[in-house]
Amino acid sequence: MDQIIGNISILERAPIFNLGLLIDGLLIGSIFALAAYGLALVWGVMNVKNLAQGDFIMTGGYITWSLSTLGIHPLLGVPAAAVVLWAIGWVLYRTVVSKVIARDLFTSLLATFGIAIVIQQSLNLAFGPDTQSATTDLPSWDFAGGLITVTATRLLGFVMAALLAIAVILFMKNSRMGQAIRVTAQDARAARVLGINTEKVYCFTFCLNAAICGAAGALVAMVWNVQPFMGTTYSIRLFVVVTAAGIGNLPGVIAAGFGMGVFEQFGGFVLGVQYQQALIVLLLLMVLAVRQLQQMRARQAVQ
Amino acid sequence: MNSSSLQSLIFWLLLAGVTAPLLFADYTNEIAVLWLMILFASTWDILGGQMGYNSLGNIFFFGAGMYLSAVVQIGLFYDVAMYTSAARTTHIVFSNAQYFTGLGLGLLAAGVGSGLLAVVIGWIVFGLRGPYFAIGTLGVAVAAAELVASWVWVGAASGISLPVFPGQPETQRPFFYFLMFALSFVLLLFLRWLYGTNFGLALNAIRDDEEKAEAMGLHTRRYKRTAWVISAFFLGIAGSIFGNMTGFIEPRDIAFPTTTFNIFMVLMVLLGGKGTLWGPVVGATVFHVIKEVTWTYFLGWQYVTLGLLIVIIVVYFQQGIVDWIIERFPERFGMAVAPNDEPERSRDVGLAAHPKAAE
Repeated sequence: MDQIIGNISILERAPIFNLGLLIDGLLIGSIFALAAYGLALVWGVMNVKNLAQGDFIMTGGYITWSLSTLGIHPLLGVPAAAVVLWAIGWVLYRTVVSKVIARDLFTSLLATFGIAIVIQQSLNLAFGPDTQSATTDLPSWDFAGGLITVTATRLLGFVMAALLAIAVILFMKNSRMGQAIRVTAQDARAARVLGINTEKVYCFTFCLNAAICGAAGALVAMVWNVQPFMGTTYSIRLFVVVTAAGIGNLPGVIAAGFGMGVFEQFGGFVLGVQYQQALIVLLLLMVLAVRQLQQMRARQAVQ
Repeated sequence: MNSSSLQSLIFWLLLAGVTAPLLFADYTNEIAVLWLMILFASTWDILGGQMGYNSLGNIFFFGAGMYLSAVVQIGLFYDVAMYTSAARTTHIVFSNAQYFTGLGLGLLAAGVGSGLLAVVIGWIVFGLRGPYFAIGTLGVAVAAAELVASWVWVGAASGISLPVFPGQPETQRPFFYFLMFALSFVLLLFLRWLYGTNFGLALNAIRDDEEKAEAMGLHTRRYKRTAWVISAFFLGIAGSIFGNMTGFIEPRDIAFPTTTFNIFMVLMVLLGGKGTLWGPVVGATVFHVIKEVTWTYFLGWQYVTLGLLIVIIVVYFQQGIVDWIIERFPERFGMAVAPNDEPERSRDVGLAAHPKAAE
């Protein structure tokens, strides 16, 4: 308790510290926003809540890490991870996800939970339970007399995440497939009537999401670290982000992703790193409770 | 199923429960865990099967009961903080009278305390529907594990050793076996009665269409909360018994194991058949026996196998064993079979069809 109060008073006395945490939070939040966009995409188009999202990220991270141990720069790991995850996503779609789309939501939730367990345990068997990080020898810059440090890797991660997000958004806006995906999200039956092969659209969406996760995972391995069982934490984070923003609300998802990054930086600084996971889960419960209160109000208005 | 065959089924179950530890004395603990699994599946089915609220956090009450009971058992006679810090170095002895009063009060505290916690948590989670309910309850369980793991007063992540049973292991094992068996058996009798009452019908009405049930004048929130409390009460006591059976409790793998026991509950019910009284029993038995027999062959790979099993059961066999048997042999369950004329109707007489895509 004393430690927490002490940490808060540090933030009060040295306001420049807040700025440092804010910058770090925004840089990391960009990766959350990217992966959360993928989750919202699958959620909105297929009505499948993918609990294996975080484990896709970890898989991408491990691909990048193992490439970096072979001497390949982590930046090249980004496309590699995206391609491999696309393939994994395709296999999973064909074997599992295509069979649960039409079923009730709990089925898809449980099925993806099963996938999550398989992925994290396989990663554990393949790479061991240690934390790994794909290191890059890039510089870091100090500001305000060393109180704020911006590392080049984090900045690079931010830029990459932003570029990827812009590419995906442009693709969704302008390409033929992107239009088909948006139509299917609005009304799958009408899309079928109009001659869109929704099965193909679903498959493409799931693969695209997996690839986005792979790229995000590569960035995570570069700016942070990866560990087989961290996937669950990422899944919960992304769930918080998407639930708080609402599925169809793209700017909201991106803003909530940045918010999540900032919240976590401040929370981790004030409470200590050991409470990180508990903090994220409590945030999830808070978001769900707030959403519920909003719905209650909506219900009363109808009466 | 007519009532006379049900009576004899219960008789055979009682007979099996009493004689099993005498016949297979070496496996007493394993059979006790089987009863625990049956209890897990049956309590999950109250909400998941009968009421249509798929919880992923029922394990919370199991762990809560375990810790409540531990704190009561120790706190009656010692200071808990001192006990948890000293237990690693010194052996603390409880007298017979101390042990059994502690255990009795601990069981009571576990049941009642978990029930109260269910009321409090029900306040938060029962406004949530469908997948949000599942995620929210999972969040409760994960948060509980994390918070207990950093709470030094109850031993944090390294756990607490419970008071040691005063007596030989030969008496300890049957003692806890019969406690566990009695609890599960009482639960089954209770549920059998409950599902026949108006309360059971109200639960099914909530599952089939909650808005309609509310519009018909059912206090859905009250029913939901009561069902959740029943489930929590039995899970809490089971947690207390299991904690004392193993003698050592720890937050992540024993009290709140979200990826093992917690997910087993759901799997066993899906395997056996959702929304039936005997489905969870059959599912738990089949699942537990298969798991115990094959687990050792998958050394290191058992969790990968578990994940695959979840996917396979969920994707390819969600009908459940009991529902499958009923569909194969409807005459045996006292259902009229109309020849070629709407074969589905025969099922709807005895069992309500599962809700489709309820959000």
